[in-house]
Amino acid sequence: MADTAHAAPSGAPRRDFLKLVTGAFAAVGVGAMAWPFIASLMPAKDTLALASTDVDLAPITEGQAVTVMWRGKPVFVRNRTAKEIQEARAVPVNSMPDPATDQSRVQKDQWLVLVGICTHLGCVPTGQRLTDTRGDYGGWFCPCHGSHYDTSGRIRKGPAPRNLDVPQYAFTSDTKIRIG
Amino acid sequence: MSIGLYKSEFSNPVVRWIDQRLPVFTMMQKEYGTFPTPRNFNYFWNFGALAMITLMIMIATGIFLSMHYVANTHLAFDSIERIMRDVNAGWLIRYVHMNGASMFFIVVYIHIFRGMYYGSYKAPRELLWMLGVTIFLLMMATAFMGYVLPWGQMSFWGATVITNLFSAFPVVGNFIVELLWGGFSVDNATLNRFFSLHYLLPFVILGVVFLHVAALHITGSNNPLGIEPKGPQDTLPFHPYYTAKDSVGLVVYFIVFAGLVFFAPNYLGHADNYIPANPLVTPPHIVPEWYFLPYYAILRAVPDKLGGVLLMFGSILIWFVLPWLDRSPVRSMRFRPLARPFFLLWAVNFLVLLWVGAKPAEGTYVLIAQICTAYYFAYFLVVLPLLARLERPLPLPESISRPVLGGGPLPMGAAAKPMEKA
Repeated sequence: MADTAHAAPSGAPRRDFLKLVTGAFAAVGVGAMAWPFIASLMPAKDTLALASTDVDLAPITEGQAVTVMWRGKPVFVRNRTAKEIQEARAVPVNSMPDPATDQSRVQKDQWLVLVGICTHLGCVPTGQRLTDTRGDYGGWFCPCHGSHYDTSGRIRKGPAPRNLDVPQYAFTSDTKIRIG
Repeated sequence: MSIGLYKSEFSNPVVRWIDQRLPVFTMMQKEYGTFPTPRNFNYFWNFGALAMITLMIMIATGIFLSMHYVANTHLAFDSIERIMRDVNAGWLIRYVHMNGASMFFIVVYIHIFRGMYYGSYKAPRELLWMLGVTIFLLMMATAFMGYVLPWGQMSFWGATVITNLFSAFPVVGNFIVELLWGGFSVDNATLNRFFSLHYLLPFVILGVVFLHVAALHITGSNNPLGIEPKGPQDTLPFHPYYTAKDSVGLVVYFIVFAGLVFFAPNYLGHADNYIPANPLVTPPHIVPEWYFLPYYAILRAVPDKLGGVLLMFGSILIWFVLPWLDRSPVRSMRFRPLARPFFLLWAVNFLVLLWVGAKPAEGTYVLIAQICTAYYFAYFLVVLPLLARLERPLPLPESISRPVLGGGPLPMGAAAKPMEKA
């Protein structure tokens, strides 16, 4: 009899099943439609194409520093003096808030490459120019909340939690680096 | 129950707590759950819901496009190309938005055809109809300004031609045109204000849609028979019956929509709009988007500048007074043996205008456009008023349930029985 197929015992689970399948199908559909919208907010291809920056180190004399733009952020490239390198390596690492040896932060001793963004709240520390305030440790000083970085870009005093980040970079020749 | 709380009938404690303070759940249940809807809808009644969904799609894609678009004459075209090439899924979002405009007009044209064929504009739904015409006018303005934004050749010259329409008005004409332009030609100021308004108007449309739906829920829906439901045996609860039926239509609609977006995204567009705007060179063959062609044909059919402009605006404004031009008490064309062929001819006539609008304005095409324009207005101003007096309508069915459920007169109990499953 046709009626028995619609009777409650077999009919109700079938309806539940149909509701579940419909709901799941709709949920997957909405998810699939949401993805392109979310993806469109991610960095576009032209943004990614500008994600590496080449820097010529030849004009930077000892003691000088330059700031270059990489992914919309300042990158500090500093040609350190022998004194600065010596200072950075003389201090005991364990006493620092974010212990790291100077050797682990450079590829060639004299060249220090850092993302110039204070790890506290994102300001740009001063210290690139010789006339800038460089803080108590001769590196960089963040004017926003008073973080002091040393000549290896390590946090030594103040609220910043981490050392200045070292971006991924490689020497493409003796006097050229590519950041990113 | 404390004084001041709404008497909610929901048992879920969280839902109930909210509902007592802000009865949105009761309202949704009343307007989209149990809302009594005539049981005899055909698929023409899907198109209101489809239009609503399309508006949502247009607003969503539009908001995301605006995050990448630059409203500046020097950058607009390139920013669109960047969306197409560099922005992740930018091509998809733009093609959905672009073809969504066309789909929106297809859906709304069918929705309007439905309203005209089944007499949905007649008492007591006159204001509902007029709000609908308002939405359509806002849509046209929004679509026109959206088409200007890519700053291609058609954008620029479409904007030039359409804004120049207002120069036809005596005395104030040139003032209005300069006001629209913000300068002495279509330029950066024009592009900026069009972008601003293109972003604003959809939300105005949303507001008028809300009023449109609110008015609908006072009068209730019309139906293919054009007679009012006489009781519960003539209606079904909106959910699950029409949510399910709308879903079927929605799936078919999305297939067509996706077909257009993925297989022929530029079919309805114009190749010239992929050439950056050049104020010194007009394209040899300039046409508006397809959905404006009937009105464009009317504009060109009239040899007088002001006359053409007035007839073009009048062709839509006349819809506002349709409820008073058609005084026949019978709504559905099914029961109007004379009005039915005249109306179907009017619909075909509309499509002929659409076709002729894309043809060059010369020779036979002008004559065809003129004949069609004449019939377009004659239908409203002569045929409908006359038929209201002359036509003898067919006998109307006693109720909605009788032709649907068939057989002899149904006792209330029998008619109500199939509803028990709900």
